[in-house]
This record gives sequence, C-alpha cells and structure tokens, in this order.
Amino acid sequence: MDDPFVIAGQSLSSRLILGTGGAPSLDVLAAALVASGTDMCTVAMRRLEPTTRGSVLDVLDRRGVRVLPNTAGCHTAREAVLTAQLAREALETSWVKLEVIADDDTLLPDGAELVEAALALVADGFTVLPYTNDDPVLARRLQQAGCAAVMPLGSPIGTGLGICNPHNIEMIVAEATVPVILDAGIGTASDAALAMELGCDGVLLASAVTRSQDPALMAEAMAAAVVAGRAARRAGRIPQRWHARASSPLGGLVES
Amino acid sequence: MELTVNGAPRHLADSSTVADLMTSAGATGRGSAVAVDGVVVPRSEWQIRRLEPGARVELVHAVQGG
Repeated sequence: MDDPFVIAGQSLSSRLILGTGGAPSLDVLAAALVASGTDMCTVAMRRLEPTTRGSVLDVLDRRGVRVLPNTAGCHTAREAVLTAQLAREALETSWVKLEVIADDDTLLPDGAELVEAALALVADGFTVLPYTNDDPVLARRLQQAGCAAVMPLGSPIGTGLGICNPHNIEMIVAEATVPVILDAGIGTASDAALAMELGCDGVLLASAVTRSQDPALMAEAMAAAVVAGRAARRAGRIPQRWHARASSPLGGLVES
Repeated sequence: MELTVNGAPRHLADSSTVADLMTSAGATGRGSAVAVDGVVVPRSEWQIRRLEPGARVELVHAVQGG
C-alpha cells in the first residue's frame, strides 16, 4: 500500500471506521460492514441486560474486524476511565475511543473532562482516540496528552449536518502530528469526501450509514467517498480563482 | 448476602465469587467485564475473588454503539 493509514503503529486497510450504533438489526449491520470495507468498528459498553440476544461482537469477530470500544454516554473523566478499563478487560484491547460528553442534548465533548480522562488513560497504557470538538487548541492539548489520534466532530453526533467549520478542521490537520479522524456529523457521501479533501486521515461515522434507507448501499457510497476524497487531497486541487481561466489556447483564434 | 448489581439489589449465597456471579448472569464469554466498588476485576481473578456484602457491582458487555 503506497498510502498507508497507520494509528499507533497499526496499519489499517480502510480509512473508513464504522460505528455500529443505530443499525436496526445485526443482519443489516453485517451487510453494511461488508459493503463499507472497514476493518475497525466501534462498540459501546453497557450494563448487561438478561434479555440481550445475539452479540455485535459475533458479527465483528466473524469478519475479522478490529473492535474499538468507546466510552459513549460518559459525562465525567471518572466514568470514562472506568468504562475504558472495563472495555479493555472485556475486549482485550487497550485501544479506546474516548468520549466524555457535556450534556445529552448537544452530545458535545466536555473539553476539561476529556483532557483529564485522556491523561489518565494514557498513563494507564491505553491507546487513546478522543472524540473532540472542532477546536484546534483542544486538539493540541489532546496530542500533548499523548493521544494516538484526534477525532474532531464535523457537527454534533447524529445530526447529519456535515462539516460546519471546515476551516477549523483544516487548522487541526495543519498542526497535527497524529492522525486526524473526522468523527460525527457526517450526513452523506460528499461530507465524507470533504473531510478527506480537508486533509483528514480517516472518517468515523455511524448514523449516516446505519440510519439511512439502505445502509449497505450508503456504506458503499461512504467507502467510495473516502477513497475519492483522499485521492483528491493527495493529487493537490487547483487553487480557487475569482475570474475564469480558459483551458483552451488563448491564441490562434479565427477571425470573422 | 445482599449486594447491588447494576444498580439493583441482589441476593447471593455467602462467599460467592465474582465467577459465580458472572456464570449466573451468563456473562462468561468474550465481551463481558465486571467492576466491584469502582475497580475492574480482571478475568484471571474471577475464580478467587469473593464478593463482600454491600458491594456495588457493575456488570457490562459490549453492545452496538457509535
């Protein structure tokens, strides 16, 4: 592979990371997973319900997909650290998608708690991939804390509003020394392509696929968008201009 | 003895181990983990770790999520 996607020394074959939340069934999830070509999916940790049937892990393990546990729903660093530690024990991975949210309406990250949790988890040997705001300064703090990637939101989780502040995403990319993964807010394929064109190293999305009308088809679209956006980024787009610039020769025109 | 499992009161035989609790909950496979009083109990200690009366136990597993 001439353009490897590497996080914490681990090479991933796809720049699309799929969240498993929101899928109406495990069968639908499995079809979307295959269509996406992803090799890493997130899962959440929740209290065991005796009525649970089937396991998302069976779906992921059967296809050899890497499991990335998250700390979704945690409101404090303390909750997030315990959830990550439980996930490490349950799933035998020290990787964690760190989420510490401020409230249940916005689901926006709480920066102070996020940094505190990141510091604690890095010290405890975790490979920390934090879900963060589109804030270049907070992204810098997370890198300084030793995070293996930074994962800024495009817009709030589940909104499908796309990338509300592309300039901030570019600023995060410009100064990042770890992979930048656009996480949350993606609505459709052009959003994913834009993330890659802005210089992100990968895209993490769930609802855009799992809650679409045809999750497998949307997963296919997202996979293509990520590949296209990455290629466009590497190819180097033309600068934007105010006035037109002809591509046909200016000389040699006929006269009438 | 009485203890709290996932926020609900629970009665267990005296000197039950974490392994006993996990077995009764059907949570012995990959994807499950347990914390007692806010501290994770490693799988390797489930058999030897006895639960104390009044313990607060969190028993979790992996589910679909973002």
